[in-house]
Amino acid sequence: MTGSAAPDEFSDRKRWMSVLGRAERGQLEDAFERLGGIPDHSVLKAEDTGTVMVEGRAGGGGRRFNLGEATVTRCVVKAGDRVGVSYAMGRDKRKARLAAVLDALLQDESRRPAIEAEVIAPLEARQREIRDVASRKAAATKVEFFTLVRGDA
Amino acid sequence: MYVAVKGGEAAILATHDLVAEARRGDPSVPELTTAQVREQMALACARVMNEGSLFDEDLAALALKQSQGDAIEAAFLMRAYRTTLPRFGSSEPVDTAAMAIRRRISATYKDLPGGQVLGPTYDYTHRLFDFALAADGDHAVAAPEASMPLDAAMPRVADILGAEGLMEAETPPAGDPRPFDLTRDPVEFPAERDVRLQTLARGDEGFLLGLAYSVQRGFGGNHPFAGEIRLGEVSVEFTAPELGFAVDLGDVTLTECQMVNQFQGAKDVPPQFTRGYGLVFGHCERKAMSMAIVDRSLKARHFGESANYPAQQEEFVLYHADNVEAAGFVEHLKLPHYVDFQGELELLRKIRAEQAERAATADREAAE
Repeated sequence: MTGSAAPDEFSDRKRWMSVLGRAERGQLEDAFERLGGIPDHSVLKAEDTGTVMVEGRAGGGGRRFNLGEATVTRCVVKAGDRVGVSYAMGRDKRKARLAAVLDALLQDESRRPAIEAEVIAPLEARQREIRDVASRKAAATKVEFFTLVRGDA
Repeated sequence: MYVAVKGGEAAILATHDLVAEARRGDPSVPELTTAQVREQMALACARVMNEGSLFDEDLAALALKQSQGDAIEAAFLMRAYRTTLPRFGSSEPVDTAAMAIRRRISATYKDLPGGQVLGPTYDYTHRLFDFALAADGDHAVAAPEASMPLDAAMPRVADILGAEGLMEAETPPAGDPRPFDLTRDPVEFPAERDVRLQTLARGDEGFLLGLAYSVQRGFGGNHPFAGEIRLGEVSVEFTAPELGFAVDLGDVTLTECQMVNQFQGAKDVPPQFTRGYGLVFGHCERKAMSMAIVDRSLKARHFGESANYPAQQEEFVLYHADNVEAAGFVEHLKLPHYVDFQGELELLRKIRAEQAERAATADREAAE
């Protein structure tokens, strides 16, 4: 694969990888319970924790600089003829393995609709809800200004 | 000079046990879990992540537990652990304009698009003890929720002024170069902005706070406005070699501060507002503000300002901001210096003896 592909060629996969990466390990264990167990797969790159250097930009949009590293755990598996990959922040190796297997299964078009419906969509909805609640709690602290009118009337 | 000294092994093993006992404290008091530290000491964890230069809330909590809450010792643990990990690569630069905002305020614009959002802050508390927190029981509070979330688009204040052309532009240099990494290469002077910002981001909060304060009090001559402070979650994207496209690794919590400073202009530069930038992991607002003030003061050379004060002198600031290095050098004085000291002692005795000898000779000669 190369980076020269059209921007949305990978958009479905990017979306589910994002959802899987943000999921908790228990949620992925539950997912496999609902899917009838973890299928046979081989490990191409064993679960490994490393770091990614997080970059920022001066002023938000200027020169790049290194902000600091974050722990990231990676796993690459093969299930059937599909290669599944997981990269996500944190040090949870079991989660990385489960997410990589799900990524492989999701690339199988015969299995994708069921996994999308049973696993990805509910996880995505839950993640959106958490973000929405945080935003509404922040919105409750939004300042409403009143203009004070001086006068004798 | 260091000379190998043998011995003390049993004493060292005993001190390991003693510090473990001290760390645990009174065993009749329940032991802290790292999850409790992570959830209930989040601001301490943020400081440790910044100064340890590693975003991992669980590790920061463990570091604080292991170091009995000593933030610098905890940062040292983070740094040491980091060196054991492979680095997969660098992320795409984070897009703070797309932050999922939890707090966002501006001291320069009252009515800014998206509004002033106070978020979780101690700014409006009275700093009176809440003794209820010292009582047993659960103090969980459910914060109110507005019916609608915040606006999806929350433009950065600096970008609003930038659109008017009144603000120093912040654009990537030609080719958008990869940033310098001080964990891989030695810092050289004069240092570029990327070196300065990386150093400040991992620098000691207290040191930066003191420098920023010195600038405000006149040892640096900038008059900053807090153009914007924002706190929230930002997605980190990484182009993995196995994939060839950028994958979302999850969120980091970031605090960003844009300071706005007056500038009279120079021969080639019209009068405009200039900028100082702070960006840090977690909710770490004092650090982000201090970083932004010091970032601006370190632009003195760039704007042709005289650099008469410590906060404007980049060698002084960049060489002394790192608390793990600073603590290492100050605290190394605890290590045995027996031979150095013995040498100095001998020298001093010799000088004293020679002085006494000279004085005695002079007395004899005067008497003759």
